[in-house]
Amino acid sequence: MQFFYSKIIFLIESLGAFILEALSGLGRFCQFMMSFFYWLIKPPFRWKLYFEQLYFVGNKSIFIIMLAGSFTGAVMALQTYMGFKVISVDTLVGPVTALTLAIELGPVLTGLIVAGRAGAAMAAQIGTMKVTEQVDALEVMGISSIQYLAVPRIIAGTIAVPMLAALFLFVGNVGSYIVGTKALMIDEAVYFSKLGEFMFLEDIWQGIIKAGFFGFVVSTIGTYFGFQVSKGAEGVGKGTNLAVVWGMISVLVLDYFLTSFLVKIL
Amino acid sequence: MKFDEIAVSIKELTKCFGEHTILNGLNFDIPKNKITTILGFSGAGKSTLLKHILGLLQPTSGKVSVLGKDLGKMSEWELREFRQNFGMLFQYAALFDSMTASQNVAFPLKEFTKLSEKEINLRVKELLNSVGIQDDSFEKLPSELSGGMRKRVGLGRALALNPHIMLYDEPTTGLDPITTKMVNDLIVETQELNRNRGMTSIIISHDVKATLKISDYVAFLHRGNIVEYLPASEFANSKNELVLEFVNL
Repeated sequence: MQFFYSKIIFLIESLGAFILEALSGLGRFCQFMMSFFYWLIKPPFRWKLYFEQLYFVGNKSIFIIMLAGSFTGAVMALQTYMGFKVISVDTLVGPVTALTLAIELGPVLTGLIVAGRAGAAMAAQIGTMKVTEQVDALEVMGISSIQYLAVPRIIAGTIAVPMLAALFLFVGNVGSYIVGTKALMIDEAVYFSKLGEFMFLEDIWQGIIKAGFFGFVVSTIGTYFGFQVSKGAEGVGKGTNLAVVWGMISVLVLDYFLTSFLVKIL
Repeated sequence: MKFDEIAVSIKELTKCFGEHTILNGLNFDIPKNKITTILGFSGAGKSTLLKHILGLLQPTSGKVSVLGKDLGKMSEWELREFRQNFGMLFQYAALFDSMTASQNVAFPLKEFTKLSEKEINLRVKELLNSVGIQDDSFEKLPSELSGGMRKRVGLGRALALNPHIMLYDEPTTGLDPITTKMVNDLIVETQELNRNRGMTSIIISHDVKATLKISDYVAFLHRGNIVEYLPASEFANSKNELVLEFVNL
């Protein structure tokens, strides 16, 4: 009986500790966000830092986005064709692939790729600066580390990810077109006419808007976990890992809620 | 102790983190234009005290005044501007690793002054030369510099805006004896060079030997309170047992 009670108490204590830790984490995150919005509108605006981060998140991701986009489009076309051929609607391969890329795969995969590449790098860079006192050096000089390090990264992520998603959509469609018309022999004129028939501008907008939110969330999480780093190299590794995991989970969860909202208003 | 001019005045400073009391009703004045060292064991509250002087932490109770201004009455924005009165040399220099030595020194000048590119370059050269960095090391990244050179560059960066108060956080920890001597000489030289404009140096350290050589005054912090505060020449003859134990370690 004694053993049973001690187990129950241990469970309650663990649950309490988990809730407390979760709440304090939420509190830290809210504080970080308030600080971000406060410094977002405060001068000075260091445009050079914004462009450097745009280059890092955007330009440096172009190759991987083109590679992922083109093969995603190609394989989507191939898989769709295999299924659609059975019910003789293989001419719809183009619009189905394009729609899927525009509203789902483009923004989501771009968000995931950026979370893995730029989100991780943001956490590692800021985390390393934190453990080597470079963040403290900024604060001692009277420069807000949030304004100097977080704001340009988050803004760059919010701007760059929609652009990358648009690129993903474009190269994905090129991949789909090549596989559809050259390998699967769908008539080119039919391919394009069906595309025009079923694909609308709202679909592209839905993907772009979602990508903007994903960019904001991924870069916010990357910078937040960077600022939470402590305890040397081990802490940097842990912070980077958390940034990638939470960045990716957030993209997938947010995707559902954004989609259910955007389909109603667009 | 009574001083003619006070740079930092701390009254009844208490700082608690949760249930832990780090600083416990501390009273302490730091004289202007002198080198004052705060000694103490690890965990004595030295870094917490330093952060209060910089206005990076708010006291649980008590008052911290720097250059006659009560930090507790300043807004976040005013505090950030006020911090331009400070220069700080970190334990491991804390140079921005993506910038070269000259870019590190130029950084505060670009952020806080309206000097032209040419004027900044001249000032950077002057600062780096004054701390013993030769021209051929100006474009080196921190990773290409030795520990001693990094400290020199860090000192150059800290002095860029002609601070009124220079803070040194464990300046000789982890350095070999020759580099330790070089850093100590540099601290004394820096103070001498800036004495005419009233610069105050505050050192946080546990290096007793170096402290007694270079400081004007030495304070000993223990369990959140100053238990001894004497001119450096008298510190080794303190009657406080803790101080004697620390000095004779």
